[in-house]
Amino acid sequence: MATKTEFNNPVIRWVDERLPVFTYLDHEYNQFPMPKNLNYWWNFGALASVALVVMILTGIMLAMQYTAHVDLAFESVERIMRDVNYGWLLRYIHMNGASMFFIVVYIHLFRGLYYGSYKAPRELLWMLGVVIILLMMATAFMGYVLPWGQMSFWGATVITNLFSAIPIVGDWIVTWLWGGFSVDNPTLNRFYALHYLMPFVLFAVVGLHVVALHVNGSTNPTGVEVQSPRDTVSFHPYFTAKDSVGLVAFLFVFAAFVFFAPNFFGEPDNYIKANPLQTPPHIVPEWYFLPFYAILRAVPDNFIGAWMGFTLISAKLAGVIAMFGSIAVLFLLPWLDTSKVRSARFRPWYKWFFWLFLLDCLLLGYIGSQPAEGIFIWIGRGATAWYFAHFLVFFPLLGWFETPKPLPTSISEPVLKEDS
Amino acid sequence: MRMKVLVIAAAFLAGISTAHAAGEKIELPDVEWSWEGPFGTFDKAQLQRGLQVYTEVCATCHSLNLLAYRDLAALGYGEEEIKAYAANYEVEDGPDDAGEMFTRVAIPSDRFLPPFPNENAARASNNGAYPPDLSLMTKARKNGANYLYAMMIGYSDEIPEDVALMEGMNYQKYFAGHQIAMPQPLYGDDIEYADGTEATLEQEARDVTAFLAWAAEPELEDRKSMGIKVLLFLGVLFVMVIAVKKAVWRNVKH
Repeated sequence: MATKTEFNNPVIRWVDERLPVFTYLDHEYNQFPMPKNLNYWWNFGALASVALVVMILTGIMLAMQYTAHVDLAFESVERIMRDVNYGWLLRYIHMNGASMFFIVVYIHLFRGLYYGSYKAPRELLWMLGVVIILLMMATAFMGYVLPWGQMSFWGATVITNLFSAIPIVGDWIVTWLWGGFSVDNPTLNRFYALHYLMPFVLFAVVGLHVVALHVNGSTNPTGVEVQSPRDTVSFHPYFTAKDSVGLVAFLFVFAAFVFFAPNFFGEPDNYIKANPLQTPPHIVPEWYFLPFYAILRAVPDNFIGAWMGFTLISAKLAGVIAMFGSIAVLFLLPWLDTSKVRSARFRPWYKWFFWLFLLDCLLLGYIGSQPAEGIFIWIGRGATAWYFAHFLVFFPLLGWFETPKPLPTSISEPVLKEDS
Repeated sequence: MRMKVLVIAAAFLAGISTAHAAGEKIELPDVEWSWEGPFGTFDKAQLQRGLQVYTEVCATCHSLNLLAYRDLAALGYGEEEIKAYAANYEVEDGPDDAGEMFTRVAIPSDRFLPPFPNENAARASNNGAYPPDLSLMTKARKNGANYLYAMMIGYSDEIPEDVALMEGMNYQKYFAGHQIAMPQPLYGDDIEYADGTEATLEQEARDVTAFLAWAAEPELEDRKSMGIKVLLFLGVLFVMVIAVKKAVWRNVKH
């Protein structure tokens, strides 16, 4: 914020001289230089922030009508659906909004992977993004418990039980998390409190993510840094216009689900009130957790033991470590990728590995939705191995063995060449 | 190498097909329902017939806890008709000024009166089985409407040899495991429709399914008609933002 912006409006000038919010907005969202070659894959960060705001607004309105008690929660949600004015609309937006949020964030993440957005000097920006995904997962998980349907209850039971895998203190931690000896009213109450709190924490981390973004600016499809003003255009009107296109397309898809297939992403079992005495035949998490669920179930019994000749940790603990490790490894990515070149456009081998990794994640998602039996177990193990190999083996090696294609000297160069 | 790939692929496919065989897949009948598709709506005459089936048959054992009598206005009934319908039931109210509980005639704001006072009473009257509440049934099962319809029409006296019925169970070809505690509820001609429609088994089954689909999603018509307007609006807006974007970017080479 080196130079202050001059404003004609005296009120704005008065405020800005004392608290430069308008100068800040002008710098960051009006004049801010953006690489002019960004494609539509760069829309998804803005879309994710819109999704977050939609979730917070609908969530606050739902919270005014919802009752967090095991005897009343299920009925209170149905009251919202039936008796609250446009309650069905609010709830379906919130319910499908969670899926939409994950879709745009996952696309945003894979865009970062393809174009190497996590490399220096944007490591912290990337790591804040991983924190955002973790917060989203925790928030979504707790939110799914609130309607107190069968999947809410049994999902909560399965996931909180994971902590019992921690040696020595595991059972004690689970009792502490539950606030009792099973998932019950205290659990529902604290999940509600945390589900209301965490989106605001998320909002703050998104703020940091944006601040970190605006230090070095966006990457771009060539992966070559901006070198001169010739490479950039101002945020407004160029990217406000371009983001609007993506935003309206996103809202169209969002609305199509809300109005015409509102339960597409949901499980029918969650329209049955929670019953602690009756386990559903298939406990499946929401679709956005399926790849991680597959990794959790992939670790075979005595996997570590078979290697070392004795049992060091249980399969359950190993599974939990693998599941959390699958996210934790993302934190290390900026240092695991040894290539000097950012964009997969100029990395002939990495490009293939990127698509294979995407397929691997989709395969893991499919395995996560299937019962853990027969061939699915083996496919799940193979896909899990590939997942970790991608980060721990392929990324470091590719940087050494791959010969990148020649990079353009600047963002403008390919365009100017076409011209002459 | 190629041989190896083929072997792995074959093993993969074989594994998938056996895994599917393990959990037997039941093919449900596929009925064309009036409320399907983006422009689908409920047929009020059908919902009224379905209410009659529910009232005269299903309500003997199944509750409809999430519905109030006033909700029947959506079926095309007037205030007086709803009052008269509710007046068929007596609910406990109170305490009165003397601290006593009393019974009174149900009014439109009351919820549908359940057939049993609690789960234990329901189980005691039904051979230990608990007839589930029907308010959300079409949303609480995969392919809910067809499932519900199949539950009505899937009974048969001819029991296949490989099905060993347990005590008090009934053969139902569409139910998982093919045995269900619920005895066949509809046979055809169980009721006399107020509108004179012939009460075949399929007719009754379709009507009560429609009624319960409405009970599960009373907002469906509002939702779809609003959705059409929202998508039209966004469609037009999309064309406009594309035009704006093109105009803004026309002089930028990128």
